[in-house]
Amino acid sequence: MMKLVVGTEAMFFISLIMAFVYMAYNSGFEPYQVKALDIKTTGIFTLFLFASSFTFWRAEKNYRKGKINNLKTWLIATIILGSIFLFGQGKEYWRLVQDNITLNGSVFGTSFYTLTGFHGFHVFVGLIILLIILIMSFLGDFDKENSTVVSTVGIYWHFVDVVWVFVFTVVYVLPKFTNT
Amino acid sequence: MNESIEIPEPTTHFPGIGVSTDQGLLQWISSVDHKMIGIMYLLMASLFFLLGGVEALLMRIQLAIPDNHFLGPETYNQFFTMHGTTMVFLVGMPAVLGFSVYFSPLMIGANEMAFPRMNSFSLWISFFGGCLLYFSFLAGGAPDVGWFNYAPLSEKNFSISQGIDYYSLGLLLSGIGSVSTAINLIVTIINYRIASLALNRLPLFVWMVFVNSFLIIAAFPSLNAALAMLLLDRQFHAHFFNTMNGGSALLWQHLFWIFGHPEVYILILPSFGILSEVFQVYSRKPIFGYAFVAASSVAIALLAFGVWAHHMFAVGMGNTVNAFFSAGSMLIGIPTGVKIFNWLATMYGGKIQFTNSMLFAIAFLFEFTIGGLTGIAFSIVPIDWQLTDTYFVVAHLHYVLIGGTFFGLFAGLFYWFPKMTGRKLDEKSGRWFFWLFVIGFNATFFVQHILGIIGMPRRVYTYPNLPWYGILNMVSTAGAFMMGASVLLLFYMILKGVRRGKEVGSDPWDAFTLEWYTQSPPPLKNFDDVPAINSPLPLWQLKYGSNSKNNEDEKGQ
Repeated sequence: MMKLVVGTEAMFFISLIMAFVYMAYNSGFEPYQVKALDIKTTGIFTLFLFASSFTFWRAEKNYRKGKINNLKTWLIATIILGSIFLFGQGKEYWRLVQDNITLNGSVFGTSFYTLTGFHGFHVFVGLIILLIILIMSFLGDFDKENSTVVSTVGIYWHFVDVVWVFVFTVVYVLPKFTNT
Repeated sequence: MNESIEIPEPTTHFPGIGVSTDQGLLQWISSVDHKMIGIMYLLMASLFFLLGGVEALLMRIQLAIPDNHFLGPETYNQFFTMHGTTMVFLVGMPAVLGFSVYFSPLMIGANEMAFPRMNSFSLWISFFGGCLLYFSFLAGGAPDVGWFNYAPLSEKNFSISQGIDYYSLGLLLSGIGSVSTAINLIVTIINYRIASLALNRLPLFVWMVFVNSFLIIAAFPSLNAALAMLLLDRQFHAHFFNTMNGGSALLWQHLFWIFGHPEVYILILPSFGILSEVFQVYSRKPIFGYAFVAASSVAIALLAFGVWAHHMFAVGMGNTVNAFFSAGSMLIGIPTGVKIFNWLATMYGGKIQFTNSMLFAIAFLFEFTIGGLTGIAFSIVPIDWQLTDTYFVVAHLHYVLIGGTFFGLFAGLFYWFPKMTGRKLDEKSGRWFFWLFVIGFNATFFVQHILGIIGMPRRVYTYPNLPWYGILNMVSTAGAFMMGASVLLLFYMILKGVRRGKEVGSDPWDAFTLEWYTQSPPPLKNFDDVPAINSPLPLWQLKYGSNSKNNEDEKGQ
């Protein structure tokens, strides 16, 4: 089921990414605004998000082996890494707003904030879900039963990461190779 | 999630369609039973069908004579927008999903949907989405820029009232409901069918629902993304569709039609499924070419995503793009034609029983083919340039949506009504309904082909007294009222059928599929035991053994 949810979410992001690309070509972005993006800082925060996928994978592995304490540790690590990513995104938003790049200021602002904002929202939702299963694990819900909850949440969390690969490529990396 | 969970099922009597249960109305509102939810979907569709129908009749009164001032232009715009939006999202979708969630589990021998509570959530969020949309009438004006809501007309500076905001939120909510139902149906069909039933032996209705659910989860996100962007534009002054600030009106059209064209197949595929069952039962023959009917639906679903820009030939996308989408649109005629021939061949040589359900199915073949042919005409770019935004389009889309989707749904209603209530709809008044509706429908919409060709534009609240305009519009209005009367008759028949219809046993049509194996109406727990069969026509095998025609036909394939 979660795979189907992820499938429909993927279509949603494809629409958003297509809108971003369409705006870039059709209306054109102001070059100085695209250059205002800080690929290095965001790149570092991106690594935190990818690392969270790794920690979640470890969490799931340990859960399969029945090591509930390790599950808790890796889950906490995942939540911290995800939060750091969100913090980085917030920091970047703050800086861009200071530079007067806003949602209603330009086509670039509109496309950028919508695409990254929807992704950030998905990360945020993911963090809430992770928090829920962390609490469940402390309450002992995973002690006995062989539940599929952890792997289901895993599908979602990895999906959020994969989306960021595409978003980061389109928004941050590709403009470095074009003339705009 | 592969482990199977025993769903606790109450053993109390299923309330049929009444509220005389130990909990009264509460049992309905709080229900997670797929049959009760299915019926509530159909009731929701009926409610909005009445509203949308009244809007249509008011429009036809306005258009009956030239230079009429019955409705003002503003009101007229709101009515045609709400009529279209209602009929597609609040009548077509819930009717299709209602039959899907009621009958898919029954036909695969399951006792319940995979996620019963999510099923209930989907129904109610769709319903409240619809209510939100209709609340716009009270909140200072309904949306008024057409059901496809083209930007930049839908932007704040052109559409000041809050109608469009209600449109966006209402459709987002009901869209979430449709997507979650689709996911629910796929999981149900994959995991909950009886163990011996292979996917390539599913009854055809279930096949269509299965394919359709994939279409839903692939198509709706792009509408949701577009609606989210529109809301950002309207509420936070973003620039997606604001052409004065670098936004693009075409972006909306692309995103909308990437959803919008698959949407019309979403509305028609379950009807195809219903017809595939109906033709078999009333011709007393298994379907001709099971594999072709099933596979052509997959072909339709795939091609559906390669044709959206044929709605946009007039915007100037260039010859290459136009040629591509023109060819794609013609291609999709092939799998649809395959189905028509399969149904004709199913009838050929069969012992045909002309029940009301079968009459609608046969009428479907005629009306839908007319709609299909005008559709092929539209895929030819110069014809589209000539006829786009005229009444020819209105005629075309009503022939496929009414002559296609609704005729299929009516066939399903007459066919399954005994299963849902244990009683038959009156066949005699059913004849009256059939003929009134079919004649009214053709009178209303056939003349609109001519009106379109002689140049009458759609979505204009009145027209001057040009030659033929007055008389043809009058015929169209008269036909519309005939349809209106027949729909009232239908509702009367349903009410009467529920209360005093002739009681019939569990299998009045001597049908072939598993839903007729249990009693009518089914108890809350659908089946205690299901015969282990691997066939699209399990009941046929059970009743007539496997040495019947069934086998010969399968060899023939």
